[in-house]
Amino acid sequence: MTPLSAYLLVAALLFAVGLAGALTRRNAVLVLIGIEMMLNAANLNLIAFWRFGAHPEQLTGFLFAIFSIAVAAAEAAVGLALVIALWRHTRSVNLDEQTRMKG
Amino acid sequence: MSWVFWVLAAITIAGGMATVLVRRLVHAALGAAAAFAGLALLYLSLDAQFAGFAQLMVYVGAVTILILFAILMTQSGELNQPEGLKKAVFSPGSFWGLLLAALVFAVLGFAVNNSQAALAVATGASASAEPTATVASIGQALVGNYVLPLEIVALILTAALIGAVVIALHEKGEAQ
Repeated sequence: MTPLSAYLLVAALLFAVGLAGALTRRNAVLVLIGIEMMLNAANLNLIAFWRFGAHPEQLTGFLFAIFSIAVAAAEAAVGLALVIALWRHTRSVNLDEQTRMKG
Repeated sequence: MSWVFWVLAAITIAGGMATVLVRRLVHAALGAAAAFAGLALLYLSLDAQFAGFAQLMVYVGAVTILILFAILMTQSGELNQPEGLKKAVFSPGSFWGLLLAALVFAVLGFAVNNSQAALAVATGASASAEPTATVASIGQALVGNYVLPLEIVALILTAALIGAVVIALHEKGEAQ
């Protein structure tokens, strides 16, 4: 196994774990954590490709990952504010109980 | 691959698994912190020091604390009771979610194992160890080629800050 494919496999496994968390947990906060984990797995891919790529001196994948971290931080703040607003309205963060928009 | 990589990968994946599987929410958040810290160490092992320390500060320092605050604010206390712990933490259709995640991992792993690019790069000369991202070069790239994305990220962060405060504020007419 080459170093690049080892890093890519770890990122794929982390993405799958995050996806499983986002799809199976009932708590809204844990769904957000799962989404964050998927974003982090993508960042690991970007940095691994930057490190083992043809032109690491151009810093493209590296800066892509830095910007992605910044956007993910903003997303986490807004997502948690939404969870708190949901809690204030319905006194529950259990996603299975949020059926107000169900047809 | 050195043993350092495997230890870090094991920490990261174990943290992620703990986040998904553990019943108590605070323990799940701590598992997420372990996964984020393991990822930061993986970045360091990839000679990306700046990204590693940014990951440590942003995720382990800020996002985990935010998540812990949200968990503590939205917890009704029932999860700490013995009967609350017996309630299901997975949604009813969780089998299909697990199946979909396993399928996604199978497809990604198949693609990685059969990719020509991964093989070609690893046999080339670029896999040698030389750190290329100094802080000076990152700064010059940020204010040179990437100044427009930098400004947009600043705008996004400001908008997210204001938006988060507005969303989480008390609404008018609501009982305090």
